[in-house]
Amino acid sequence: MTEPATPYRARKNTPPESRDALRARIPGWGVDLDPKDRPSFPREQPGIETGAHWDFPDRQPEAQPRERSIEHAMLPPVFGTSAPLKGASGAIRRYAYRRYSEGRAAHWLLLIGADRVDAWESHLKSLATLRPDNPVTETGIGSEFSGNGFKSRAGKRVDVNHSWMDPAIVAGPWVLAGLGAVAVVRALRGSR
Amino acid sequence: MRAMVYRGPYKIRVEEKDIPKIEHPNDAIIRVTTGAICGSDLHLYHGMMPDTRVGTTFGHEFAGVVHQVGSSVQNLIPGDRVMVPFNVYCGSCWFCARGLYSNCHNVNPNATAVGGIYGYSHTCGGYDGGQAEFVRVPFADVGPSRIPDWMDEEDAVLLTDALPTGYFGAQLGDIVEGDTVVVFGAGPVGLFAAKSAWLMGAGRVIVVDHLDYRLEKARSFAHAETFNFAEYDDIVVHLKKQTDYLGADVVIDAVGAEADGNFLQHVTATKFKLQGGSPVALNWAIDSVRKGGTVSVVGAYGPIFSAVKFGDALNKGLTLRMNQCPVKRQWPRLFEHIRNGYLKPNELVTHRIPLEHIAEGYHMFSAKLDNIIKPLIISATA
Repeated sequence: MTEPATPYRARKNTPPESRDALRARIPGWGVDLDPKDRPSFPREQPGIETGAHWDFPDRQPEAQPRERSIEHAMLPPVFGTSAPLKGASGAIRRYAYRRYSEGRAAHWLLLIGADRVDAWESHLKSLATLRPDNPVTETGIGSEFSGNGFKSRAGKRVDVNHSWMDPAIVAGPWVLAGLGAVAVVRALRGSR
Repeated sequence: MRAMVYRGPYKIRVEEKDIPKIEHPNDAIIRVTTGAICGSDLHLYHGMMPDTRVGTTFGHEFAGVVHQVGSSVQNLIPGDRVMVPFNVYCGSCWFCARGLYSNCHNVNPNATAVGGIYGYSHTCGGYDGGQAEFVRVPFADVGPSRIPDWMDEEDAVLLTDALPTGYFGAQLGDIVEGDTVVVFGAGPVGLFAAKSAWLMGAGRVIVVDHLDYRLEKARSFAHAETFNFAEYDDIVVHLKKQTDYLGADVVIDAVGAEADGNFLQHVTATKFKLQGGSPVALNWAIDSVRKGGTVSVVGAYGPIFSAVKFGDALNKGLTLRMNQCPVKRQWPRLFEHIRNGYLKPNELVTHRIPLEHIAEGYHMFSAKLDNIIKPLIISATA
């Protein structure tokens, strides 16, 4: 009669590999064996030395009004300034921060929506510059050739079942916008 | 200066930006010599992370040379070679004072649920990142460290996120001697987690992915058994069979938001952005760990809800542990392990890409071309 599988009784059917065998096979096996002697034990270490030489940091100047989560009691003393709010996307983001806490789906969905608006605003704005957005160079699609795109996708890769969508996601809005522009021009001509 | 700039989903370019300025007395400006693209940068690149603004520079893994310091900086001087943890943190708030550096409350106005991260959207504080020639580093007396003379700069870059996060993931598993540990994801973090599990006394380490070249690396670099989930009708059942139907003692999710393996989950999360992440790996972790076991999550997820099988986690009495890694807490021990030869981080570096060609680098990494595992970004100022 076959042995019952492990969980149907108290001990494991297959004993683990011995310490000596593991040490011989794996460089450094067991050097952090003691769970209490690991860097993140215990999770919280009151009094840990961090290098901070202040009780509360100096405040970074707020050059322009900085949006913040309404779950914050105040503007934190230090913050990033990489891309201040602007345009329609900025208005949506400002509303999302002012109106909804991080606990509300509306907060995040508005921010994700604003990201799409931001991309469109920026693409359109770039058309009026000397360096308009270039979907070919900016997608790095050239690496399909230098990086063996065809060969790399051979074998049992499951991402090929959805990667065909990527070109549609990248180029689709441009194609739709082009078709829309053509339709508008035709409609205007027809109305004359 | 030259800097990578986000232009919208799947689109980036390199353009001229102003060299960042000191904005706070404890800031430093670092001239970046080596950076990296992280798997989690792909979530930004694919437009999944809320409040990722056009014009932002990504990059939270970098090392370089101190260019300028603010008036209150005591520990660094211009010319120092430094490595910078991906966490922006103050060192003095309620959380930092207890070692929870990744949960700092003083650096991110945009959210209280996450601390600050370089180049990781306004949801993580709105800081520009290190895929550029220069970067602003707040709290220069707290985060950065001088790179030891004996350390290779590529190892230093991998110590800013990928290695400590993998090592931290193994710690969150509370591994005890003889444990069977399953790692989902054979990217750099998963490979480092698998390797670290042995250091903590695992008796068996199994890595699961669908990319054969990465599984080959899991065997050679991390001494792990491997399974390609694409070859099995149901990887959870296969893992149960592999563990004599008990399940693994510890499972580590080193995949995060763009997990493959379930078309609907993947597409709703990554293409239509209706979930904070595709929880395929997380659900497999919950189902393949044994009852009473531990699931450690170091794969990155966004703040929107995800369809997680929470009932199974409850009914199985699981311990779920997770966090962004407090990088600097791991450094002394990891330095030791590198010096002793137990960990060789730069063995995972497969590509070294000039900053000017970073758009091609992102596409290759996103599409997993050319057997890519870890791409480094080399600045022209290096």
